[in-house]
Amino acid sequence: MKGRIVGVLVLLVWGIVKLPIETGMTRARNADRFHGFAQTASLREQAGQAGVIAVFGGLRSTVADLLWIRAHIAWQSVEWGRMKYLFDVVTALQPQRVNFWDMAAWHMAWNASVAAERDETVPEFQRLKNKEDYHKLGEDFLLRGISANPDSWELYDRLGGLYRDKFQDHYKAHLAYKEAALRPDRLEYVDRFAVYELADSPGHEKEAYEQLLALYNRGKQEWLPTLLKKLQLMEIKLGVPPEQRVYIPPESRHSADK
Amino acid sequence: MSDAAAPSAPSSPVHRMFSLGRIAALAGNTLRDLIRQKVFYFMLVFALILIGASLVLVSLSFQGEIQTLKDVGLGAISVFTMLLAVLSSAMLLPKDIEDRTLYTILAKPVTRFEYLLGKLSGVIAMLATATVLMTACFCGVLLLWQGRAIDNIEMNYPVDMKAESVAAATASPDSTAPQTRRELEIQKLESETFNGSLFGAIAILLLRAAVCAAVTLMVSCFATSWLFTVVAAFMMILIGHIVPIARDAWQAQAGMGGELAIHIKLLLMGITVFCPDMQLFNLVDDIAVGKIIPMEVFMQTTALGFGYLAIYVFVGYLFFAWREL
Repeated sequence: MKGRIVGVLVLLVWGIVKLPIETGMTRARNADRFHGFAQTASLREQAGQAGVIAVFGGLRSTVADLLWIRAHIAWQSVEWGRMKYLFDVVTALQPQRVNFWDMAAWHMAWNASVAAERDETVPEFQRLKNKEDYHKLGEDFLLRGISANPDSWELYDRLGGLYRDKFQDHYKAHLAYKEAALRPDRLEYVDRFAVYELADSPGHEKEAYEQLLALYNRGKQEWLPTLLKKLQLMEIKLGVPPEQRVYIPPESRHSADK
Repeated sequence: MSDAAAPSAPSSPVHRMFSLGRIAALAGNTLRDLIRQKVFYFMLVFALILIGASLVLVSLSFQGEIQTLKDVGLGAISVFTMLLAVLSSAMLLPKDIEDRTLYTILAKPVTRFEYLLGKLSGVIAMLATATVLMTACFCGVLLLWQGRAIDNIEMNYPVDMKAESVAAATASPDSTAPQTRRELEIQKLESETFNGSLFGAIAILLLRAAVCAAVTLMVSCFATSWLFTVVAAFMMILIGHIVPIARDAWQAQAGMGGELAIHIKLLLMGITVFCPDMQLFNLVDDIAVGKIIPMEVFMQTTALGFGYLAIYVFVGYLFFAWREL
């Protein structure tokens, strides 16, 4: 009995000693893992993921890969509901794989929504509703993916594309691309897309013009047709006097401005 | 042999309280015993088949081939080292008591601490053997896949297609910089497949398995049945995976809707203090998604692992030292 009591006391002391060490290590590792961006997944979600890790151990990634293949088979046999269910399980099992979230969102918001729109077995109003529901499912996958991988520029980029192409919400798209532009290792086009989407957002013309100009002033390598076109249109829209307008090569000018 | 030399009186060697030689002898015997058991081969073969099967999975998967390969391979190493650690450590003490080997050993000048350390060293040696075998198989699978992937690159990129970074490469004095797109792609593939972090993470998996073995041995020092040891050790290890969450909730007491009830606080505190944080040993998830782990992380995790080993062996000894045999 004496040995047990002493043993438990030693474990208790060790537990108290290790507490700050482990807290520090976890914080440092999370900061490094997410490049300083805070993980926004709720405690409940994190606990769920940790539980899955605990139950499946190292095999959970193998199970995730197997279910991913099954999701692919479900796609081939056009079973959208089953795909959604499988994607939910796969992303819960392996939340760090960015491509799982990305593909799940793409299948829901692009493929399933188009299939729902073309489904002539249901009335038109139902088709529209189903289409919008699939868009929202795609958004939900991306938002959950971002909460688990806050440093991923790819997921913010896809979210921007989703808001732009499916929701036609250019301001939300601008915000998503802006977040992507803050992330490490991003491709440079997201910086441009953030500005382009702002230019398409009603009520933000002045701010957009300033950002378009900043992009223009970076140098000739940034003088892409889209930038020049948006800059020209914005100058017309804001009524910028001709002498204050930027130089645009004649071959890139808008037909109305030549 | 000459008679001139008078036989010296037998000198009684000084008995040392702690002898590495005795520990090595006990470890050697334990390793031999464990390797003779069929369950060891069964689990090892199963792990090797799973690692080999990852090649089939890759051919069926439609994205992230290298990630799938690493997921399955590292997952198999992770699970089977843990299973081997718990199952082999759990039966050491009960088996020695049942066979009465324990009494024979302890009747000799062997301390109980040496006995425990010898047993744990034997289990760790067995785990290291299994890890080396599984890693060799895993590397073989990766090499095979890499060979196929390089063939694909050579087919897709003509020899004369210049790399985008050629201008920078030619400007730099580094002669190893890739000159063509093909070389660039192959270099990228090779650095993604094999890197220092991969082997470092496997070493941490071995350390994690050693910690699991130490936990199990500690539990078996006071447990009265083999089954209780296995269940208790598994529970402790499984709960160890949610230690970071429990610690956050206990420390912050937020995110769960205000102040926590006292019994919840005590539960969280108990988990945090008494269970090992197994998530800190989980580096393979990062490796599978292609992240490079800094050396500092490996060093810290190794130090923590050895800390756990030392404490669990010591506590196990405390339990065992007072145990009536």
